[in-house]
Amino acid sequence: QGKFTLLRDTRTDGSFLVHHFLSFYLRAGCKVCFVALLQSFSHYNIVAQKLGVSLTAAKERGQLVFLEGLKSCLDLLFGEEEEQSGQPSPLQFISESASDLKALFNFVRTSLTPAGNDSWKGPVLLVDDLSVLLSLGATPVAVLDFIHYCRVAVCSQLKGNIVVLVHSNEDSEDEENELVVNSLCHHSDLILWVEGLVTGFCKDVHGQIKIIRRLSLELMAEQDRVQIYQYKIQDKNVTFFARGLSAAVL
Amino acid sequence: LVFTEEDKYGLYSSLLFKYFLAEGVVCGHDLFVASAKEHPDNILKELPARLLDDTCKNELGEEAIAVKSEDFQDSMKIAWRYQNLPKMEASPTTSTKFGHYYDVSKTMSPELFQSIKWHSFYLPEELSLQTKLKICNMNSAYARLLQSIQRIIYQEGFDGSDPQKKQKNILRIGIQSLGSMLWGDDICSSDTPEDIHSLTKFLYVLRGLLRKSLSACIITVPAHLIQNKAIMERVTNLSDMVVGLESFIGSERETNPLYKDYHGLVHVHQIPRLNSLICDVSDTKDLAFRLKRKLFTIERLHLPPDLSDTVSRASKQDLAESAKLLSSGCGAMAIGKKHLDF
Repeated sequence: QGKFTLLRDTRTDGSFLVHHFLSFYLRAGCKVCFVALLQSFSHYNIVAQKLGVSLTAAKERGQLVFLEGLKSCLDLLFGEEEEQSGQPSPLQFISESASDLKALFNFVRTSLTPAGNDSWKGPVLLVDDLSVLLSLGATPVAVLDFIHYCRVAVCSQLKGNIVVLVHSNEDSEDEENELVVNSLCHHSDLILWVEGLVTGFCKDVHGQIKIIRRLSLELMAEQDRVQIYQYKIQDKNVTFFARGLSAAVL
Repeated sequence: LVFTEEDKYGLYSSLLFKYFLAEGVVCGHDLFVASAKEHPDNILKELPARLLDDTCKNELGEEAIAVKSEDFQDSMKIAWRYQNLPKMEASPTTSTKFGHYYDVSKTMSPELFQSIKWHSFYLPEELSLQTKLKICNMNSAYARLLQSIQRIIYQEGFDGSDPQKKQKNILRIGIQSLGSMLWGDDICSSDTPEDIHSLTKFLYVLRGLLRKSLSACIITVPAHLIQNKAIMERVTNLSDMVVGLESFIGSERETNPLYKDYHGLVHVHQIPRLNSLICDVSDTKDLAFRLKRKLFTIERLHLPPDLSDTVSRASKQDLAESAKLLSSGCGAMAIGKKHLDF
């Protein structure tokens, strides 16, 4: 409860973790607000069906609030004038020069605040992925503020969890992105860091995942626990195994 | 969304661009061509003609037969471990035909254009039409292009908005040399551009339009001119497929014996991972292209055997350097750190 998990990928695609968390929380009966900025709804739906969860059904019964970034951006830019008289679009910051993500935060807060007859377990905010906000014109400070407000609202007040995906690269030239990622790393309870193998491309082992559990935020307390596994992605599943023990080798 | 990084002189990327459009014509798809430097009519006039199946099959068939008869009976003595590996094929076999082949030396006949609908966007013409307009603080050229694409998609019903339309068709969008100075964007000319986010915003909205409709898009960008590498990283993130073309013209690699058969390298930086957890990665990462008289082919890069009598240090080091560069992977599958070379 009240945990902030950071999904971080370096030179590979960590979105399989997003799919996992999505189906995991939906199956657990939590109310999920999914801010999907990079892919369309049908993409997540198809993968989720392979993992055994139906997103359309979840949306219909109110368990899933899905913000499809691509679609609402189009509605914002090309939509008719009458539609905009209602609630402001969550992605308003794209068209306005004021680059704060307040509208997005309000959207998240209203969707996760429990209504009267909700019977879901803890709320969950899922973001895929945060680096896109920087591409769309938000300043790093605005992004960090947004995450901070979300933490206060979701983790502390509503006792829910947040899972956020970011891309990073050690020798990246994108300083704004690195700034956001480093800052988030310091504030996370759990970091799942997905990267490529040190030895290069391999058909049977797609990469390695580093699990960093933050035990205490005090100085001089115990060190974070770090575990490293390797993984292989299949069509409906991801298999994890200890380093060097891939099925292809044994 | 296929994103192509142009080679230095733009020769080969425009060829790839024309192939995409030509395939559209042959398959009966609608076309939308946008360019700031060349009028789309001219681009369309230069599309390569379709290669008749017979000649192509013969060419490839001959090569395959020649290879087979040579080393059919040889069993390997030293490298016997490799005996059981399938014979490496440099070019795609005729059995797996996907798409059509094109003859670069001829241009497509105008009759073929009669059957399809094509739309064009030529920036100098468009700019002279209307007054400036700004959508979401974006470069006005990009904004206008987006509006034009959106209008075509909506009017022609590619987004399913018109249920009356029985026949569904695909719109192939080709945008040439995006991000260059001709589009009014200064990311190619200065290190600290005025509006870093124009290109990325444009790509995001374009991605939304593509996802919403039955269309595919290829964009070529003079990536070598973009000073700010952060933009390239963001752009890679926003595209489905990223391919870079590196031609050997004018570079030291032109005389490198490694590359004597080829005209350039193809770097696949990212492949699409849509609707599934995994993506389809091919076995090889090292691809090179060459422009023969009639065909533009992309093949696996294989090193020629090292048969030099003289063991000169300089050339060996060169080969090692180039070989190191070959082992870089692509972004959808993980790449390792650079300091280890195998």
